Amino acid sequence: MSKILVIAEHLDGKLNPSTARAVSAAAAVKPEAVDVLVLIDSADAIAAEAAKIEGVSRVLTASRAENAHALAAVLAPQVAKVAAGYSHVFAPSTTFGKDLAPRVAALLGVAQVSDVMSVEGAHTFKRPIYAGNAIVTVEADPAQTVVATIRTASWSAAASDAGNAPIEALNLDVALPSHTRFVELKQGKSDRPDLQSASKVVSGGRGVGSKENFEIIYKFADKIGAAVGASRAAVDAGYVPNEMQVGQTGKIIAPELYMAIGISGAIQHLTGIKDAGTIVAINKDGEAPIFEVADIGLVGDLFKIIPEIEQAI
Amino acid sequence: MKILVGYKRVVDYNVRIQVKPDGTGVVTEGVKLSANPFDDIALEEALRLREKGVAEEVVIVGIGPADLTAHLRNGLAMGANRAIHVTTADAIQPLTAARTFLKLVEKEQPGLVILGKQAIDDDANQAGQMLAALWDRPQATFASKVEIADGKATVTREVDAGLETIEAELPAVITTDLRLNEPRFIKLPDIMKAKSKPIDVIEFGSLGVEGGDHLKTTHYAAPPKRSKGVMVKDAAELVATLKQKGLL
Repeated sequence: MSKILVIAEHLDGKLNPSTARAVSAAAAVKPEAVDVLVLIDSADAIAAEAAKIEGVSRVLTASRAENAHALAAVLAPQVAKVAAGYSHVFAPSTTFGKDLAPRVAALLGVAQVSDVMSVEGAHTFKRPIYAGNAIVTVEADPAQTVVATIRTASWSAAASDAGNAPIEALNLDVALPSHTRFVELKQGKSDRPDLQSASKVVSGGRGVGSKENFEIIYKFADKIGAAVGASRAAVDAGYVPNEMQVGQTGKIIAPELYMAIGISGAIQHLTGIKDAGTIVAINKDGEAPIFEVADIGLVGDLFKIIPEIEQAI
Repeated sequence: MKILVGYKRVVDYNVRIQVKPDGTGVVTEGVKLSANPFDDIALEEALRLREKGVAEEVVIVGIGPADLTAHLRNGLAMGANRAIHVTTADAIQPLTAARTFLKLVEKEQPGLVILGKQAIDDDANQAGQMLAALWDRPQATFASKVEIADGKATVTREVDAGLETIEAELPAVITTDLRLNEPRFIKLPDIMKAKSKPIDVIEFGSLGVEGGDHLKTTHYAAPPKRSKGVMVKDAAELVATLKQKGLL
């Protein structure tokens, strides 16, 4: 039987919703137990939040001053130690999980399955390659621990108010390196919904034209309660900060509604939105590749169309 | 200081790949191959560090079949001092690649290893982290800014929440994000010069790398196609359609 350890992701005292998505993927393995590991300097609130996720058997906390910031070099030896006794270690496929999980896998001397889209069996998974242009079925060695990152856009979050798991504090006797140190984190402060968990996302591309013009995208997004994303072209042109980038090398998202405005739709961008419920494209070029994937397309000038949409709502 | 740079050859990022109808792989015959874009960025960063006097030597490493030589010549033409070609006919998974790099690290004793954050073919995003773990050294992944001074790297990382800065004592492993730099173009005279630069050829089997290719790929499929969309004529019709679907 499988026993799965899910690594919790958190920031500023809040559990990241990606954790509950990884728990959903763990549940799909039909395991005997799903334990969530919280690595932090003081775990109280986060652990309590994790304990409420449906399907969680136990919450394990490893509280150490060194865990104040999520440095993979510091966290990995602790995860590797806890991993003994588990058949699977799952982490969300966010920058946190992508940084940490391979370091854990290497310490355990095992392969890693990146970006799990679906669970076909305890050791069989589907994952995307070539920017999502092919989906492969991979089989992990049943004799080894499976380390995997979970593609959050492919999994809905397990209910966050249905569980009542016990919380156990671990005292890990692991020597931690001091060769890697946190300096600072500059966050893009935003009151808008989080891009990776929002049900609606409005994205702008090069067609928006300038940083100032992006206001029209923000205003429209606020009107419909959407998060704001961007194409790589818009980020590279300096219209918006990089954490707003949607695509193969940015964020992979699956909102119910995705509106691509002034985005041509390069392969690398489409990778980030393939699982969106409804894709709307607004572009003045009727031949733009974005129309090949859009459920609803409208050809025209975004500066004319967006105010008209706002009027019509 | 010596910098080791991973230089993988992949299907060019502009190619729309096709899955073979029998599900055994993707079509790579006759398809344009190029340097992994993140590896070009890694090489560019190493060259800039050499130009700043931080490093003396930049060595590129490729793992692959005999015809990888031409690919490595491109990296030499871009400016690398020399290349190491680990020859194997087999595709190598990230853990084995990391173990192979560790052998080369032990031999070459670099002060820094720079790899791309992911290869655009397998999209694994693992090798750099795995190498750092096996080497027991710091990792600075998804780097968009690198400064080297006083035996440490100060690296700005592109994380989901924004930009994180960390300090890593050298030697360390850095993996590159797209915004780290703009790789230079190769000039014709440099292609000629690259022909005389050394390429060490090492047979993979001679390195004694422990096998780590434990993932079996059993099937390849094309992604599910989205059903054909509709075009609307104006904003009013768009809003009406979205309201009908309950999305507005």
